[in-house]
Amino acid sequence: MVALNDTEATARRNSVPWLTLRRREAIEGWLFVSPTLIGFLIFFLGPLIAVVFYSLSEWNLLSQRATYVGLDNYADALTANRDFWHVIRNSIFFAAGLVPLNMALALALAIALCRPGPGVVFFRTVFFAPVVTSAVAWAIVWRFLLQGEAGAVNQLLAHVGIDGPNWLREPNWAMVAVIVTRVIKMVGLNMILYIAALQAIPRDYEQAARLEGASGWQIFRMVTWPLLAPTTLIIMVITTIGSFKVFDHIYLMTGGGPENGTLVLAYYIYEQAFEFFDIGYASALAMIMFVIVLALTIVQLLLRQKGSA
Amino acid sequence: MQLTRRQTRVVTRICWVLSLSLVAVPFVFPFLWMISSGFKSATEIFGQPSLIPNVWRWNNFLEVFDYQPFARQYFNSIYIACAVTGITLILSSLAGYALARMRFAGAGLLMLFLISALMVPEEVTIVPNFFLMRWLGVMDTHVPLILLPVFGPHGVMATFLMRQYFVALPKELEEAGKMDGLSRLGIWWKVALPMSRPALAAVAIITFLFSWNLFLEPLVFLSSLENFTLPLALSNFTDPYGAPLWHLQLAATSLAVVPILVVYLIAQRQIIESFAMSGVKG
Repeated sequence: MVALNDTEATARRNSVPWLTLRRREAIEGWLFVSPTLIGFLIFFLGPLIAVVFYSLSEWNLLSQRATYVGLDNYADALTANRDFWHVIRNSIFFAAGLVPLNMALALALAIALCRPGPGVVFFRTVFFAPVVTSAVAWAIVWRFLLQGEAGAVNQLLAHVGIDGPNWLREPNWAMVAVIVTRVIKMVGLNMILYIAALQAIPRDYEQAARLEGASGWQIFRMVTWPLLAPTTLIIMVITTIGSFKVFDHIYLMTGGGPENGTLVLAYYIYEQAFEFFDIGYASALAMIMFVIVLALTIVQLLLRQKGSA
Repeated sequence: MQLTRRQTRVVTRICWVLSLSLVAVPFVFPFLWMISSGFKSATEIFGQPSLIPNVWRWNNFLEVFDYQPFARQYFNSIYIACAVTGITLILSSLAGYALARMRFAGAGLLMLFLISALMVPEEVTIVPNFFLMRWLGVMDTHVPLILLPVFGPHGVMATFLMRQYFVALPKELEEAGKMDGLSRLGIWWKVALPMSRPALAAVAIITFLFSWNLFLEPLVFLSSLENFTLPLALSNFTDPYGAPLWHLQLAATSLAVVPILVVYLIAQRQIIESFAMSGVKG
């Protein structure tokens, strides 16, 4: 292989002296990645750097131009009474409700559906269907179903004697409604990841445990669950990051309300930037979101390394 | 009474079906309710709810097109999703191929650089992108809706998916291509791409759906009705006070969702696998 390269390289060097095979490959490599790289620099990295500068300036409807104000926007967020802590509390509440619920349901469904059999494909298809549906459509339909008295959910509950709340008009219930409908929308994705992980576990393990007289629950607790640990960790981090990104779902179901009860970080950024045009403050919020997501990503990478080692 | 082994199995099976069916209710019910309500009149929608409309109002589905330029908005969504998918396929497979097969200084660094972008939410960069697009003079056009998904975290994810696939392909055929005098570009196009159909299909499926369902970017960049994409149009079926016109909104939502659902039901295995591929590595 090396010898071949050398002869080729020599052949090439004769025609264009400086263009060795290695250099040629490097140039071609950069040419192949350049469209992606250039677009990425302009539309992703550039804006990411710009956000840092925006976040250090006062730039809103009153001050038409951006003026440097140092860390004022961050101080505003962290100390002044600008809903920030309320929003963070909501975001944490949202994640703390969504992640365990999503993962527990995903794992339960995956265990029920990991072995081939009659009906398995049907149920998998059903549970995954909301994943391919647009969040907008999903939110619109659920908003319709969860209306106060006329809503189908409450009418159904009335049949079994439960007087359902006006889901989307009461702050705490609105949060519950948003979390649950989001879980139903996205749980199929984690279910699929868990199914893949479960199918990768050799069946011998289970059979060996069974021969030694272990019960179904013991097999799960002692064999399956430990073997799933790397997948569980990754799914947990991905789902947590995903929960911080949720915007469209909340925008359409509750509009951040009632009484800002479902105002989460992604929505708050949108609202400050595009409804109130407080660009400086919104950018500081975006930076805070970036740091949160970055921290979670680093945790994930560390866990992944630990898992593979 | 002792159950035989066979009887136990039957009972377990029945419990399995019943409990899964129960869990499936909130997954299926919204779709059924959406479609049936799309056929109801504005008044019936608030009456005693029933899954089957008293009067089937096909008219709703025509009114949807009168209320706003819905056909145009539908077309916008289709052509934007196709453009995003096509460009993403070409760029991600080019870059993914280089990262998998070619050795060049800085490749490792580049990988690290791109990995860092995978998880950053669009919300973080949307504000500067807004000013960038305004400066470029492409506000209220579809340019941002094509550029941002192609070059954002989703594009990076597609590049990685392609790279992982190329890395696992056997090199022999490409070596043979080289012997036959193909250029690098020729090897990529004539040898590597035809072998990577599953990865290309996966990228195509998730990219199309990603673009089709995009909401934040249309909301930020579009202002005139005839430029709207479907998700934005769906959110716009409201009376002058902002209250939803449910019968029209649900009819329109059905029109937007059902075709995707039909394709999904036909190709569910392929589609689910595509998401699994992107999820495992994402």
